[in-house]
Amino acid sequence: MSELATDRRTTPNLSAGEGSKKSYWSKLGYGFLYLILSAFAVIQIYPLIWLVFFSLKSNQEVFGMSPFSLPQDPQWGNYVKVWTQGNIGVYFFNSVWMTVLSVFLTVILASFVTFAITRMHWKLSGLVLGLFMVGYMIPLHSTLIPLFNFYNTIGLIDNPLSIILSQTTFNLPLTIMILLGFYKAFPREIEEAAVMDGCSVHRIFFQITLPMTIPVLSTTAIINMIYNWNEFVFVNTFISSDQWKTLTIGINNFVGQYLTDWGAIGATLVISIVPILLTFLFLSNKIVEGMAAGSVKG
Amino acid sequence: MSNKYIITLYTLPALLLLLVLIYVPIALSGYYGLMDWTGIGQMQFIGLENYANLMKDEKFWASAGHSFLLGIFSVLSLLLYLAVSLVLVSKIKGSDFFRKIYLIPMLLSSVAIAQLWLKIFDPSNGMLNKLLEMFGVENTPVWLADPNTALYAIFVPIVWQYAGFYILIYYAALKNVPEEIIEAARIDGATPLQIALKIKLPMISAVFKVTIMLSLVGSLKYFDLIYVMTGGGPNGASEVMASYMYKEAFELNNFGYASAVGFGLLVICLGMTWLTSRLTKSNDDVQY
Repeated sequence: MSELATDRRTTPNLSAGEGSKKSYWSKLGYGFLYLILSAFAVIQIYPLIWLVFFSLKSNQEVFGMSPFSLPQDPQWGNYVKVWTQGNIGVYFFNSVWMTVLSVFLTVILASFVTFAITRMHWKLSGLVLGLFMVGYMIPLHSTLIPLFNFYNTIGLIDNPLSIILSQTTFNLPLTIMILLGFYKAFPREIEEAAVMDGCSVHRIFFQITLPMTIPVLSTTAIINMIYNWNEFVFVNTFISSDQWKTLTIGINNFVGQYLTDWGAIGATLVISIVPILLTFLFLSNKIVEGMAAGSVKG
Repeated sequence: MSNKYIITLYTLPALLLLLVLIYVPIALSGYYGLMDWTGIGQMQFIGLENYANLMKDEKFWASAGHSFLLGIFSVLSLLLYLAVSLVLVSKIKGSDFFRKIYLIPMLLSSVAIAQLWLKIFDPSNGMLNKLLEMFGVENTPVWLADPNTALYAIFVPIVWQYAGFYILIYYAALKNVPEEIIEAARIDGATPLQIALKIKLPMISAVFKVTIMLSLVGSLKYFDLIYVMTGGGPNGASEVMASYMYKEAFELNNFGYASAVGFGLLVICLGMTWLTSRLTKSNDDVQY
């Protein structure tokens, strides 16, 4: 009965046909669904494949041939050229260490706050939590001019510290939100037992709570890593010298300078996204989990 | 060591950062908005002049209009994401694989996405126009260079970027709809389409409302992608609030006026957050 009804639908959500044999129409319906899903997958992924293709082509090939053609004679030289000519190595290194430091600071500071809010009783805890939650809603662009002026006054313009402080702070609200869910669902018995045994709060935090929250810490660390790695506005506004630019900003300037050299532009972009894609390849489950955790809490 | 000491020790560092780098700056933004200030040198107090100018600044309201248009598009595209999620959740083999493929653009930096789509939209050699030419289209559009199409063209990479993110959220929410309820409906003779529309969708309405807020308020803050792709052009056709503010400050050195714009952006964003949360408020419990 339900199968019959399903078969006539064309834009549907099919879950019929479990158990016994599927009808011809049901199979056709599934085929159609796979077609939609696959078409969507192609749209999501083909631009990146096309990018890799043209990073290996010469300009003549890009201009003359179909966008779906494989590189005839892969121009690996494009990669050598962009890696050796510009400062990509420096940008890459800056991205790595600034990201690592910001992620570490965000995760540890957020853990401190979440621990104090969920494990201790104090009058102002609701207010403090509220401040962080509202902080999540504030558009960072509204803070940009005062921040610029502030860093300028204390001599932190064109200093990586301004980037690390800003990234750390603006990621705190989301990180605390994710940690909060985990801490609340987490049994307190072990910590309470430790208190009974006369453990100091610091020991409880560092030796019991932190190790036990490693699963959620790694989730938040990965999400923070992606955000910081891709961060644009702070670096674009606060950093001016090449020495401190990150990959995101570096490639943006770099690409502008190549103008019409498609191969070089493609190679630069590929270099900038490979680290993220590799991370995704190995940690996709964690990333999926973190993305979902960060959003639904709203 | 008292508890008070420990609480202070644990919360103060993060709280100080939050106050000094977020809350004080937004207050200062409102204050700088009262000044005539080029960024360097003395500020001069001019009262509400900047805010009065903002109110009648056609360029600002045009960019606010663009931001809202993007917001409306973004909310509409949620329906597409929801449809895909409903398909994904219906016992499709490989749904995990599809979800991960869809998510990939979300992981890239806006700069990489912007640069890539600049190439895709390239009038003579980009993928899009080459594809159109293969289908025999003559006079292919110039996309980003045409004031009539620029904003719509920019919306395409935005959909592309966020699709996987929202599909992920909807998929997770749909997965959490208790199997017994669906089973019961099926026994009562509900068709899969009825189950999808009358049971699954209402059960995730709370999540859907959250995503409306996320995408609407998120759209009001769009900056990176637009800044890199068109810089707000051609001729302001794709200017949004944040890019307008950025330009006024860091390109034209009107720091006082730009602060007023930034403060306006803040008020509009918080206002929309409040409004959407009021409008979408419901009594049903969120089921996770």
